[in-house]
Amino acid sequence: MEAKLAPATGGRCCTCWRELTAGFHVYHKITIWVPESCLLISIGLIVGAIMHSVHEEPPAVLSSNVFFLYMLPPIVLDSGYFMPTRLFFENVGTVLWFAVVGTLWNSIGIGVSLFAICHIEAFGVQDINLQENLLFAAIISAVDPVAVLNVFEDISVNEQLYIVVFGECLFSDAVTVVLYSMFTFVAEMEVVEPEDVFLGVARFFVVGLGGMGFGVLFGFVAAFTTRFTSKVREIEPLLIFMFSYLAYLVAELFAISSIMAIVCCALTMKYYVEENVSQRSSTTIRHVVKMLGSISETLIFFFLGVVTITTEHEWNWGYILFTLLFTFLWRGLGVLVLTLIINPFRTIPFNMKDQFGLAYGGLRGAISFALAFTLPDSIGRKQLFITATIAVILFTVFLQGISIRPLIELINVRRTNRDVETINVEIHSRLMEHTMAGIEDLCGQWSHFYWKDKFMKFNNRILRRILIRDSRAESSIVALYKKLELQNAMEILDTVSGDISAAPSLVSLQGEKKESTTPKKTFMAEDLKNMHDLLSKNMYKIRQRTVAFTSKHALPNDNQPREILIRRHANIRRSLRHGSFQSTIPRSQKYFSLPTGQNLGSKYSSVRRRYADDHETMSEVAYPTRRSRFNQPKRSSSGAMMPLHMLETLKEVPSTDVLNESQSESFSKDHGKPQTGSSYSDSRFPTHRRHFNPPFDNNNGSADDLRNEDEAEEEQRRRHRGALRPPPSWAAEPRDDALRNPLLRRPQWNPKK
Amino acid sequence: MGALKSTPDPIEYADLSEKTGYSLKQIRVLHKRFRELSDGDDVLRREHFRCISSLKYNPIRVEIIEAFFNRRNFSPSHQGSADEIGFEEFLVVMSHFRPPSPKITDEQRKNIRREKLQFIFNMHDSDGDGLVTLEDYRHVVEELLSRSGALGKETAKAIADAAMFEVARTVGHKDPNEFYEGITFEHFLKLLSNFDIESRMNIRFLKSDVNPFCQLCC
Repeated sequence: MEAKLAPATGGRCCTCWRELTAGFHVYHKITIWVPESCLLISIGLIVGAIMHSVHEEPPAVLSSNVFFLYMLPPIVLDSGYFMPTRLFFENVGTVLWFAVVGTLWNSIGIGVSLFAICHIEAFGVQDINLQENLLFAAIISAVDPVAVLNVFEDISVNEQLYIVVFGECLFSDAVTVVLYSMFTFVAEMEVVEPEDVFLGVARFFVVGLGGMGFGVLFGFVAAFTTRFTSKVREIEPLLIFMFSYLAYLVAELFAISSIMAIVCCALTMKYYVEENVSQRSSTTIRHVVKMLGSISETLIFFFLGVVTITTEHEWNWGYILFTLLFTFLWRGLGVLVLTLIINPFRTIPFNMKDQFGLAYGGLRGAISFALAFTLPDSIGRKQLFITATIAVILFTVFLQGISIRPLIELINVRRTNRDVETINVEIHSRLMEHTMAGIEDLCGQWSHFYWKDKFMKFNNRILRRILIRDSRAESSIVALYKKLELQNAMEILDTVSGDISAAPSLVSLQGEKKESTTPKKTFMAEDLKNMHDLLSKNMYKIRQRTVAFTSKHALPNDNQPREILIRRHANIRRSLRHGSFQSTIPRSQKYFSLPTGQNLGSKYSSVRRRYADDHETMSEVAYPTRRSRFNQPKRSSSGAMMPLHMLETLKEVPSTDVLNESQSESFSKDHGKPQTGSSYSDSRFPTHRRHFNPPFDNNNGSADDLRNEDEAEEEQRRRHRGALRPPPSWAAEPRDDALRNPLLRRPQWNPKK
Repeated sequence: MGALKSTPDPIEYADLSEKTGYSLKQIRVLHKRFRELSDGDDVLRREHFRCISSLKYNPIRVEIIEAFFNRRNFSPSHQGSADEIGFEEFLVVMSHFRPPSPKITDEQRKNIRREKLQFIFNMHDSDGDGLVTLEDYRHVVEELLSRSGALGKETAKAIADAAMFEVARTVGHKDPNEFYEGITFEHFLKLLSNFDIESRMNIRFLKSDVNPFCQLCC
């Protein structure tokens, strides 16, 4: 009877507290100060208290099998999948150093010191031998800084610290599990020979590296498979999960580090998979991975709370207090010593504040508890270990978890300075890398730029060809630009109500322009000023691209989009209207539009394929310059199509050149692309499509070549998100509409004075 | 490799070390490399640089090579470009890539940043007039993207334009007349104020000797 009740109650409890947790997030204030793990444990404690008071046993579901086969993989996959790869690889040495050597240091240090104090008779723990102590120490050294990562991200600490903490957590889990299995094995042996120790060490390396190798292998297989899934999009997420889990299981089978396997699999896979799968699949994968990871972690914390109340504890003041002490001591020492050694190898060395953050951020959590709970019963003092682990976890999570935020803010850890992603910075990053690679070649000194360069070459030449369906090597500059443009265009949709108060000045300018061109210099400055003012009022906010670091409990791209301001500089409409300006006129920043229902990748790839040979005239169709029949009746050949030369020393560009260029541009327009009528795949993408003039219409030249941004604006305004429009026929539109649109400001860029 | 000259006086090294901040050992390594590159000659010419096989794949090799011959990198007051450089000039150019010592004052850090950014600026500014025009920038972007497959000039143009636009925004609405000619060095500084160049633009001399794989092909 009771046994039957137990699972039911357990189930009900689970759902209840999950909702409670969700509820807590609503009240944001709490989650700022109290990390989520605390909340979870508290709820578990409450539920445990309830269960205890009604004399129920907690459902005995947390067995070793369940934990290692079902609960651990999602957690680790979650961490691995959302690890920021570029940052990780830049700091891979440091991360691995802290993770592997740090965990070893901690385990051995704590184990040995605990063994030392075991000899003290007063504590009554003499029966714990060295192996068991080491085992316990290994369990305790597993770091789980979830709470800390959240705090770090909220404060935007510098990325190196973030990635080291993140990576350390992940890999220390791997190391701990390896050590755990090693020491369990050893603990059950009566006598330990030196060769066992030696074998143990060797085994450690084999296990670790084997895990990595396996993971990478599976990652490649998964990536390769996704290359062929274009017809069966629905199973893509399944493939990903399957391969990751397979990596995990196969590694377990061969008794090598499964955590390493799954992490490496996720890392390898992610890059190629994200390019191959559809947008929807990608979103699904991310959401599901997050979800599963959250569930697992929450369950474990919940159990922690319940078990705390309901099991029988064996409390031993001496042992437990010393455990706490040694945990802190060895972590602090470890961080100090390790940083001292690794700092000379780092370009950005860790200062004392970073080290403090690192040391203080060593919370223990779910993994430690699960490992302790699933200790084999042959260990004599299992209860003591469980109690001690729980004590350490509670202490670190509550005390350190809550206090870390004010402390970090107080000591003012170095913050990240990558607040704004601009194209310039990206260009210069690339430039820097190439320069450094070049200089290194020149001087004959190899460093990580060289390796990175080599790897990128290898990647582009071989790996991408094999693993990606449409493998065009893409520069990150272009990727960023695309993304910015996309979001820019998207924001245009949002900011329909531009500032229209400046319309009058446009009119006045029009009037002015009808006069001769000579006074143009003077009024241009004024016009420019107007334009500046206007544009500054109409800054379009653009969401940042994928955040450099992502929180463990939140999906990337979803929280707090940071906003990049990019001005849109608009075409000079006036010049087109009046046809009198021969000066170079900046071309508008391009919109680009996506046919609905398609995803970004496929659009680009299809276009690229088509125009592969057309180097000169091909433009990245992502940025089709918008063509529309100008609604003006007639325009003379006004040298209208001006490329964007606002910033160049102005020279008179003969209209013929311009015409050619514009013709070539129009040629490359993806005219006649069908507009798909399906609904969005992602509500973010603008749905409109420009309907391009067939290029051969350009006989009357400039008229058609104009980029008419006002038209686009009009269209956009008329569209809702999600609504679909057939390609508009370019009827003449009332000019006032256009006028009202602030984007119509076509600034007259100042010619050289 | 022709006949190697005898090693110069250690005193000269000390001078150079003073001037450029490299340690004696690093100077020795660099000198050895210099002699390798220059085929035993006392001066380096552009042809010598073209010999470096791995540099061939670098999209901005022209700018890098030019940077070595750009007199403005030897000292701020010089102009124009040289046809051949001696070891001292080589070292001065290389000194732009020296990692800053860990303990420097803010003032020093700012100076170092300035120096490094000046180097980059000179790389952009091919005609040496102190302004980076849209054409210059476009050229750079095109080269950077040249390895990315079949992206046409249009993209590069678009990107360069967007970049310049950002400059416009960053620099602010000052006198608009003056601005649109090109980016001046001050603007450039402001633009890249977020960019942690002092940690990126460093050569780390981990190896004491020249790597045998950095072969010369001629």
